[in-house]
Parts: sequence; C-alpha cells; structure tokens
Amino acid sequence: MLKVNNLHAGVEGNEILNGINLEVNAGEVHAIMGPNGSGKSTLAAVIAGKEEFEITEGNIELDGEDMEDTSPEERAHKGVFLSFQYPVEIPGVSVTNFMKTAINESRKARGQEDMPANEMLKLIREKSELLEIDRKFLSRSLNEGFSGGEKKRNEIFQMAMLEPKLAILDETDSGLDIDALRIVANGVNKLRNKDNAIVVITHYQRLLEYIVPDFVHVLHEGKIVKSGTKELALELEEKGYDWIKNETVV
Amino acid sequence: MEKKTMDLKEKLVSSFLAFENNVDVDHPVHDIRSEAIKNFENKGFPNRKQEAWKYTSLNNLQKIDFSIFPKKINALEYKDVKPYFLHEIDTYKIVFIDGIYSSFLSETTHEGVDICLMSAALRKPMYKQVIDVYFNQVASKDESLTTLNTAFSKEGAYIYIPKNKMPKKPIEILHFATGNEAALLLQPRNLIIAEENAELQIIERHQNLTSNEVMTNSVTEIFAAKNAIIDYYKVQNDVENASLIDNTYISQKSNSTVKVHTFSLGGKLTRNNLNYYQNGEYIDSTMKGVTILGNKQHVDHHTLVHHKEPNCESHQDYKGIYGEKSTGVFNGKIIVDKIAQKTNAFQQNNNILISDKATINTKPQLEIFADDVKCSHGCTIGQLDEEALFYLQTRGIPKKEAAALLMYAFSNNVLESVRIPELKIRINKLIASKLGVQLGFDL
Repeated sequence: MLKVNNLHAGVEGNEILNGINLEVNAGEVHAIMGPNGSGKSTLAAVIAGKEEFEITEGNIELDGEDMEDTSPEERAHKGVFLSFQYPVEIPGVSVTNFMKTAINESRKARGQEDMPANEMLKLIREKSELLEIDRKFLSRSLNEGFSGGEKKRNEIFQMAMLEPKLAILDETDSGLDIDALRIVANGVNKLRNKDNAIVVITHYQRLLEYIVPDFVHVLHEGKIVKSGTKELALELEEKGYDWIKNETVV
Repeated sequence: MEKKTMDLKEKLVSSFLAFENNVDVDHPVHDIRSEAIKNFENKGFPNRKQEAWKYTSLNNLQKIDFSIFPKKINALEYKDVKPYFLHEIDTYKIVFIDGIYSSFLSETTHEGVDICLMSAALRKPMYKQVIDVYFNQVASKDESLTTLNTAFSKEGAYIYIPKNKMPKKPIEILHFATGNEAALLLQPRNLIIAEENAELQIIERHQNLTSNEVMTNSVTEIFAAKNAIIDYYKVQNDVENASLIDNTYISQKSNSTVKVHTFSLGGKLTRNNLNYYQNGEYIDSTMKGVTILGNKQHVDHHTLVHHKEPNCESHQDYKGIYGEKSTGVFNGKIIVDKIAQKTNAFQQNNNILISDKATINTKPQLEIFADDVKCSHGCTIGQLDEEALFYLQTRGIPKKEAAALLMYAFSNNVLESVRIPELKIRINKLIASKLGVQLGFDL
C-alpha cells in the first residue's frame, strides 16, 4: 500500500530524513519509534504531503502511484489520514459541521454526491459511540477548549468517520491518562481491518501494549536503523535509546 | 489639486444659504446649524497632517463634483431592493432614497414608541422638548465633518423609546442611492434615545445601486438612560464607488449596555468614528467589528471610550482580513479619568494580511489617570497559520476552502454576540461570499 523509497527530505536545506525505506501493506500495523528529533513527525508530515518539506531524493508511493505533486487534500481523498500531535482549534465550527465538510469534500473529489443528512447522522452516532464521545461534545467548536485527551479522542473520531486506507497516528499517546489511552487505543483497534494499514508514531512503548504492532522500526537521525517485531519495542523500553545510538556508532 | 480641494468646501459653505430656504430658520436647531457651518468653514476637511487622519486621505473624494441636494425625487420598487432588507423577519423600516424619506418603503410607528423621521421631529411641536434636550448634545461641536453634518442636518432617523418600552421588532435604517446624480453627497442625521429600562435593536445599511459616485457623511447620536440596552449593527457592504464617513456618538447612563457591531465588507473608503461617553456607573460599552477587504478598499476604525465614572467596562474586539491592495486602520483610544476607579477596559485588534500588498495600521492609545483599573490591549498582524491549513487539508478540505474556514473561525468571536439570529445568518453568508467559497454547510 505505502512504499517509501530512499526518502531524503528537509526544510530550507536542512536534511531531516536521510534515506528512509519503509513498506506498509494492507492489514498491517507498523510502529515507528525513536528519540526526540529523530525525524518521526517529519516522516509523518511528509507522507501526508506537507508542502513545507522538500523531498531531495527518493519518493513516496501509494498503491504504486508516486505521490510527488499530490497535495495533502488529494492524499486525503486517496485515503491517507494523519492524526496530529497538536490538533488545531477552529472556533465557530462545530465538530459535526467540520466532519460534514471533510466527508463531503472527499466525496466531491471522488465524484460522489453529498452524503444524505440522515446517513451522516447515523454515521456520527455510530462512530461517537465507538470512542465514547458525548453528544454535547459534537456541537462544541472543533478542539477549542478541549483537554489533551479530548483532542486525541477527537482525532481518532475523525479517523473513524473518514475510514482511511492508511492512518498515521503521530504521538497519539502524548498527554493521555491511562483511561483516555485505553479508549483511544480501543477505538483504533476496532478500526483495524485487513484492508487498511496503520502507522503508529510514538516515543514510548506504552501505547504499543494496547495497539499491538506487526512491525517496529527505530528511527535515528533520519534513518531507520533497526526493524523488527513487537519484541523490539520492549527491548528498546528496557535498554533505552542510547542502546540504538551506540549500536549505530559501532 | 489645491484649488479643487477648496471647491467642495466652498461649494458646501455657499450651499448653506440655499439650504436655509428649505428649513425653519426660527427653530432653535437652526442656531446650532449656523454655529456648525462656521466651524466647518474655519476648519475645512480634515487632512493627513492631522494625527487622527494620518492614514486616511479625503483628497480624492474632494475632487469629485458632488451634488449636495438631489434634483428630483426618486422611487424604487420593493422587489428591486428586497435583498438589502432583513426580509426574513418583520422589522420597522426607515428608508431613504437619495437622502429623501420613502414612505412607500418604510414602516414607522408611534405606538408607544416613536420610530420615525428626523424631519418630522424637527417640525412638530410635540417633539420639541426632546429635541431641545438631546439634539447635538453628544455630537462633537468641534470635529469638522461632524459639524458639516450638523450644519445640514435635516433628515434621518428619529427613534425615541420611552421608559420600560421595547419595540416589537428590530429597526432597519436603510439608505439607497439611485444614481440619478452623477455624484451624490448624503448627510443623514440620526437621533436615538432609549429611556430607562428601554431596549432596542437597530440595523443600519447604506447601499449605492449604481456605479455613480456616492459619499455619505453620517452623524448618529445615541442616548442610553439607566438600564437601557441598545444593540446597533452596521452592515457596511456597499459597492466600490461608495464612501462612508460614519460619526457615531454614544452617551450612556448607569447600568446601560450599548453594543455596536460593525461589519465592514465593502465600499471604497469607510471611516468609522465611534465615540462612547460613560456618564454613570456599571456601564457596559461594547464595540466589535469584522473587516474583510480586497481590491483597493480602505476602512479606518477610530474608536474612543471615555471612562468618566467608576465601575464601568468597555470591550473592543476588531478582526480584520485584508487582501489585494486593501488598507485598514484601527485606532482605539481609551481615556480613564482619575475618578473612574475600578474600570475594566479591554481592547483587541487582530489582523490577517492575505496579500503582500495589503496594509494595516493599528494603534492603541491609552490615557489612564486612575490607579485602580484593569486595562488591556493587544494588536496582532499575521498571515494564515500554515499548520492549521495543513491540518484542514489532511482532512480532505482543499486549500482555498481551508483558508476560508480559518478566516471564518478567526472572525467568529465577533459574530457570536449578534443577537438577531437571521442577521447572524446573513452576515455569515456575506462573510463566506466575501471569502469566495461555498462551504459544505451553512455557517
């Protein structure tokens, strides 16, 4: 589904990603771990199409199609979703209205009619129950005055609504207490199926106890320095990132 | 150019004699007019050497050969101007066509409240007492454009709400220009009085219906007695050959609330002089604005709040979005007298420039003589947040719509306090159309 080939990318001549290779197939969950500043969030943003970053070498393919010159919204229409570490507040636009806009824009891009109102309401009800979201919450302005946990839960609610093919969850566990983490992880797990793929980006192993990955990759200085199965995450937790750093030097 | 500049002023001053032929020169108001024309004759039009007019030039307007009195009376069909009314709901309407009252399009009342005409109030003896007490009492006797209006004051809206009364519906004040004159100068004069515990809502709009030049120099005096509540909405969405100088003067007594919302979405040159005088305690003065401009449009918001008594509040929140070569000015002056302890005065002016060629000049001016006050002010000028745009794009919302949604969100605080739901919807739609998008839902 997703193929990242020898990806070099940066901003204003500063290279942040130094040759990333990553292949994610349908039905898989990948975890990308790494110390602060290793390029995790940059990788997520580049896959989602953030224009601020310049790709200097290599490419990103989605279902065999090169994503060069594909805007973030076009990628979204093709089924890419990015859950933000710091979701943006939009005063005056309710969660419900925002979701209506997002869903109908994607439908428009695919040549479909707007989703009928009753269908939309049904979908919103179903997905908000999945994430244990209160109805009142849906009429609040998007992310405005939301707690950290509410923001993250709302991100996964959006993911549930948009049903992406490829979901990238950037530090979804940061700022969550254990109850919120469980709700968010449960939501993600219920959305897993054989046709979609999830990339979990995290600093800590904690989230991976709930969202169990098929593969774990360790990112260091813009490169994947180690890949393995879920046991790698445990090993990292135990030995710390210095272990990887030292190993890389050797 | 210098000679031309003299012309409009001279034309106005010499027209005063002709004007006098058509008004009651024995009325006490005429003494006020005569004083006013002298002041204008001395001062002339303001120019950019004056601090208050540093960023707004009236030179180009003065080159236009404006008609001061329209030559013939014009009629309009309701169906042709219906969109400019808040026709979704029932309202009182005071309508002027080329400055002349249109009884056909208006709906006035004298049932318990007076919602009618300045010309009638100046003519009929039953209003004389009110006119004597209020007329020109809060308007400046010194500021040249205000005195120019005072000199020619004759027509406009007259609204008097007695103690404990509230009109059954909002009041619309509408001015249409029909283009019968190549260029027309309008000088409406409004007097609005809310006695104790009275409450009212007003919507004011100026609309030029052709591409002929129009300039309006308007003065509105508002008096809010104890516990009175006034909501005033100014919808400024005129065409690009219409200019407006709006001089609004508000006098408030204890526990009154006066809120003015100004939506500046059109016009060529707009200057809003909004002046609040707090003559009592526990007063709330609120002024909010949304400005969205493009092309070479220019809007200048000059606010003044004079805190003259203790325990009062003032709130200012102006948002501006400037595109293309448009220019904006915000100058917010707050004076807190020594006696006015426990004053809370807040001022906020946030701007987004969406073009490299757009300009905003923003300046807070605080003169605080009391020591136990809370005053805050903040001005920001920025571009749209790239991260926020990216966030919306990753949700499948195209960049242009995403930008519009963010600009809408940016101006939302101001809209929240609009208390007429149908007006709020209208303004939302106007803003969406100004931003050039059709969003997937009714904002």
